Amino acid sequence: MSTPSADAPLLTLENVSKSFGPVRVIDDVTVHVRRGHVQVLLGENGAGKSTLIKMMSGIYQPDGGRILVDGGPVVLDGVRAAESHGIATIHQELNLVPTMSVAENVLMGRLPSRAGLLDKRAMRTTARRALDRIGLDVDVDQPVGELGVARQQLVEIAKALSLDARMLILDEPTAALTHGEIDALFGVVEDLRADGVGMVFISHHLEEIARIGDDVSVLRDGSLVAEVPASTDEDELVRHMVGRDIADHHPRRREYTGPDEVLLDVQHLSRHGVVDDISFQVRAGEVLGIAGLVGAGRTELLRAVAGADPYDAGTVTVRGGALPAKDVGSAIAAGVGHVPEDRKSQGLVLGASVNENIGYATLRSTARLGLVDRPGQRRRAQDVADRLRIRMRDIDQTARDLSGGNQQKIVFARWVLAGSQVLLLDEPTRGVDVGARVEIYEFINAITADGGAVVMVSSDLPEVLGMSDRILVMSGGHVAGELEGEDATEDRVMALAVRDVDRDAEDHSEGTSA
Amino acid sequence: MSTPTTSTPSPTPASRLRTGAGTFLANNGALVGLVALCLALFIATPNFLTGPNLLNIGIQASTIAVLAFGMTFVIVAGGIDLSVGSVAALSAMASAWVYSAAGLPGGLSLLAGLATGAALGAISGIAIAFGRLPSFIATLAMLSVARGLTLVLSDGRPIATSPAVSFLGGTLFGIPVPILVLAVAGLVAAFILNRTVVGRSMYAVGGNAEAARLSGIPVKRVLVTVFALAGVYAALAGMLLAGRLNSAQPQAAAGYELDAIAAVVIGGASLAGGVGRVSGTLVGALILAVIRNGLNLLNVSSFWQQVVIGLVIAVAVGIDVLRRKNTRH
Ligand SMILES: Nc1ncnc2c1ncn2[C@@H]1O[C@H](COP(=O)(O)OP(=O)(O)OP(=O)(O)O)[C@@H](O)[C@H]1O
Ligand SMILES: [Mg+2]
Repeated sequence: MSTPSADAPLLTLENVSKSFGPVRVIDDVTVHVRRGHVQVLLGENGAGKSTLIKMMSGIYQPDGGRILVDGGPVVLDGVRAAESHGIATIHQELNLVPTMSVAENVLMGRLPSRAGLLDKRAMRTTARRALDRIGLDVDVDQPVGELGVARQQLVEIAKALSLDARMLILDEPTAALTHGEIDALFGVVEDLRADGVGMVFISHHLEEIARIGDDVSVLRDGSLVAEVPASTDEDELVRHMVGRDIADHHPRRREYTGPDEVLLDVQHLSRHGVVDDISFQVRAGEVLGIAGLVGAGRTELLRAVAGADPYDAGTVTVRGGALPAKDVGSAIAAGVGHVPEDRKSQGLVLGASVNENIGYATLRSTARLGLVDRPGQRRRAQDVADRLRIRMRDIDQTARDLSGGNQQKIVFARWVLAGSQVLLLDEPTRGVDVGARVEIYEFINAITADGGAVVMVSSDLPEVLGMSDRILVMSGGHVAGELEGEDATEDRVMALAVRDVDRDAEDHSEGTSA
Repeated sequence: MSTPTTSTPSPTPASRLRTGAGTFLANNGALVGLVALCLALFIATPNFLTGPNLLNIGIQASTIAVLAFGMTFVIVAGGIDLSVGSVAALSAMASAWVYSAAGLPGGLSLLAGLATGAALGAISGIAIAFGRLPSFIATLAMLSVARGLTLVLSDGRPIATSPAVSFLGGTLFGIPVPILVLAVAGLVAAFILNRTVVGRSMYAVGGNAEAARLSGIPVKRVLVTVFALAGVYAALAGMLLAGRLNSAQPQAAAGYELDAIAAVVIGGASLAGGVGRVSGTLVGALILAVIRNGLNLLNVSSFWQQVVIGLVIAVAVGIDVLRRKNTRH
């Protein structure tokens, strides 16, 4: 190993470059990771942030430049090599085995053993300790696949924490988390900082940068364009990042002037143990936000309305026509579009091209005599991709190879192409950069201006408050309250979101003591 | 499918040529292997590159290729079909039986065979899509059931085929009919996979069934169609085989499912689903046939042939895995 010098950075990417085929995605970039220091990487979707951190974690090797650990050059030719230098990574996309237990996932690759046998007790206690650190209260024996995306993300974080690394790389760890969970995570980051752990942090939420960052490296199209302190004003950060000003971060406009009409009418929708007697209406031109904590049943509600999951009681009506339960096809035919919570496992066929992914919902409706309208499909997909500014090599590029935010836009593009009038959006801007987020908001504006209706589940409170005309707050599977206009403030949303959780907890303890 | 044309910022003609050749090699590794194999045999034995021998290879390849075309649908959609050999035998037997025992006219007996295959495949498909059985298990059951029914129907004895089915074993304008059938069946399969809604849906279902479902693709209906198609192709293969012998044999095509799977995988399909092409499958089937033929010409015992074929499958898929790993990064 190299001679460790006291004040050399823990890790340096020195003038690194990386190309995929003929496309150069990282060009001569230098980044340092220092002891007790949080280095923020900032950039638009596809700027190259994840590619950089994959070089730090041994997944990609740079084509040019060097990697230094403690001042000495090293070759990180695999995840093992990176881990042996004390580098732990929380990747943007979940890397869990859904069928294995939480504990097994946390300790994947280093399961404790005694005499060659799996030491289940040690496994459970170690996993428990890592989970407690971030305040995740789940059964360690439960299969990970049964958890929601946010909880899976927390398991992923626990997995990295349990490595006791010298360096921790966090690629958009907060994208799937709610306020409370983010607070818990940032608490852990503060502890690690005090312990001298060096960190790299990526997020599209600018307010988080000043909260926990020290320095910011701004990337644009694979090049380093600025290095500024994390206390830099948000507008200036945006200017560095996208090269222009963004005046309004939540540009909600209600421009629909047509007849007042109920587009989506949900009455007494119930699914045992998940959602309980939920009723709401959404009118033409309206955005209904759905807020709540993780586990409040927001995603489950949306999936039931979209026809993805069955329900036990209640009705879903679109434009006066009742939709059959658990029938995605009918919902789509009625004009419903659903952007699911997890683009990787539910939204995209990762191995298929951007073109194909955009066209799935319209495959059937645009076909003639069962034959796919290939040229037409291609033209329309290209058109929507251009409008949404999906950053890709061309429309035949594999969806897997696009950056996270651009993948999200593909799912969105599918419903734009299908001309959906009732959009059900589950965390629509998760992992989407500031500029693209505003573009998605403008699409929401355009759809509602045309007389469409949008239901938006989001854990990003400023987004819910800024983009919704009305907010439904869910808690413990039922509606805790509805807020509109002046009433809709962060405090009131949070108060409603936790209210029933406390009540449920009481119900529960009463039930068990009785 | 076509090789993706990359519109990258002005590469030099030389580099374009290099990446072009690289993409071609990456997408057609099996084809390169087939050409190399043929060259080697051409040098090793004068009997290889003769008209009659090449036609012979085509006839030999036709049964496995047709089975493998059907298997391509299944593997693209993320499944596996172990029953195609048995379904081939039962369909051919059913066709012969309706002609010999029930006295149906020849043309109808051919249709009856195809219908039998479609029905058997659809039953597997329904068990998989609606009964939620893993395709491995459902088709393993069908493998046994269909073979058993073949024996019941024939009482363990061959049954003479109708003239229409026997025609499949003959020649037309000097070209062996099996080769014509292979060509048509291949074109139809490629057309279905590339051009039809149900074909494109197969790739989506195999790539990510949940994403496909949430996009409104009727996943269950697609799966039933996939296995029914595999059944039709199996029936066609079974009748090709029976036509050559002028009789349906109760033990026909036993074990052929493994060759069919091998042909699809050598052709570049992924057993994980979502990837596969008919042209690749054809090359895979030809590679198997050329190796068998070459080893015969070189007087290698059939015992050793099995060993060689096994190694070829391992090497072909191994190369494929390496290739994918390199292009991914
Ligand atoms: N394996 C790959 N093959 C080809 N291109 C790739 C591959 N991985 C990434 N790219 C391309 O490299 C560029 C940078 O991607 P990267 O994932 O690093 O972006 P990012 O900054 O992390 O974006 P996001 O904020 O959306 O996560 C993108 O244009 C992407 O399409
Ligand atoms: Mg990224």
